[in-house]
Amino acid sequence: MRITQGCFSFLPDLTDEQISKQIQYCLDHGWAVSFEYTDDPHPRNTYWEMWGHPMFDIRDAKAIMGELKECRLMHGDCYIRLCAFDSTHTWESLRMSFIVQRPAHEPGFMLTRQEADGRNIRYETRAYVAEKPEGTRY
Amino acid sequence: MPDAIAPDTMIDLRAEFSGAGLDTYLDELEKDLVGLKPVKSRIREIASLLLIERVRQRLGYTTEAPTLHMSFTGNPGTGKTTVALRMAGILKALGFVRQGQLISVTRDDLVGQYIGHTAPKTKEILKKAIGGVLFIDEAYYLYRPDNERDYGQEAIEILLQVMENQREDLVVILAGYADRMENFFTLNPGFRSRIAHHIDFPDYDNNELLHISETMLARQNYRLSPAAREAMAAYIERRRGQPYFSNARSIRNALDRARLRQAGRLMATEGKVKPEALMLIEPSDILASRVFNKPATDA
Repeated sequence: MRITQGCFSFLPDLTDEQISKQIQYCLDHGWAVSFEYTDDPHPRNTYWEMWGHPMFDIRDAKAIMGELKECRLMHGDCYIRLCAFDSTHTWESLRMSFIVQRPAHEPGFMLTRQEADGRNIRYETRAYVAEKPEGTRY
Repeated sequence: MPDAIAPDTMIDLRAEFSGAGLDTYLDELEKDLVGLKPVKSRIREIASLLLIERVRQRLGYTTEAPTLHMSFTGNPGTGKTTVALRMAGILKALGFVRQGQLISVTRDDLVGQYIGHTAPKTKEILKKAIGGVLFIDEAYYLYRPDNERDYGQEAIEILLQVMENQREDLVVILAGYADRMENFFTLNPGFRSRIAHHIDFPDYDNNELLHISETMLARQNYRLSPAAREAMAAYIERRRGQPYFSNARSIRNALDRARLRQAGRLMATEGKVKPEALMLIEPSDILASRVFNKPATDA
């Protein structure tokens, strides 16, 4: 099951050239780009691992693409997303975020039902890969 | 292999020149920078070379990115940083760098203090400079021949690698005193072979410095009274004979002090002053300098 989140989630995955152009757009607006990665695909998993610091004071997308290349090298089997942080007053939050890498095979989620009091049913989604310990999931 | 160029194709180089906005850049350079004749003509040459290179690339005569790394040599205060800033603009106008920012660094910004610290530090700076110009001031400090375990060597190796492999991403300009740069290049032949343009910045003569001081003041809405102009000329002549003379920078510092004295003088005057008086530097503001206490050198 293909996980989607953030900008462009209804589009096919962006090519490197397209990613590079998006990065240049962020940099031209003065946003600090950073990368985050995870191997826990659960939709409520908000806090991903940071790949280095947000990169302030960078002018050209090529420098950021180099960083993405290194991140992919280290975490080739993880999800990686790009975040663009706007530090201007009253924004001070992410302006853009999208997935730039996903594992080759995404097994998806299991829906479990739990019978609770009075025939109520509680639902839970659980990623199949979450059965395995962290770092060996994909 | 050049192909499919119509036999009657004519290239209007003049139009290319002004189309890239080069003439405005070069005219500004001519206007804003006093003196520096050889530097200006070299920059004009380089700009023409780059323009031709760009046309050749478009026609398919050449595909390789040209080597654009430069070295600026000259005494302190001869305008190396200022020219580097203009150079970044020219390179951007011609499309040889994508963004055109100038990142000015010295040894401290590149070299770390302990093992394993240098490479990330240098790479961090290079990341900022990608798409623009990296200006390394007093580059010879990177290499300390007396200490073979100095971390500068590591920064040099990373720089050399980037200068060779990422020629289309950034331009490196090394700057410093002529004799020490010469020594640096002899000890690091890798740098010399990767640098295409060596530009030497001559010292300013006294008239040029006087002209510079007037331009500097005009930019801040000050001016010299006729007598103060003579005092300034005398000051420049005496200052040159003293140690640590650094051309335009010495002049800028002298003018800062003259403004300080002017402010003191105006505050000490009784009653009201005219608005023009706030703009005028008088001879007393300059003649109070310590260079007039010593006898002028014969040189």
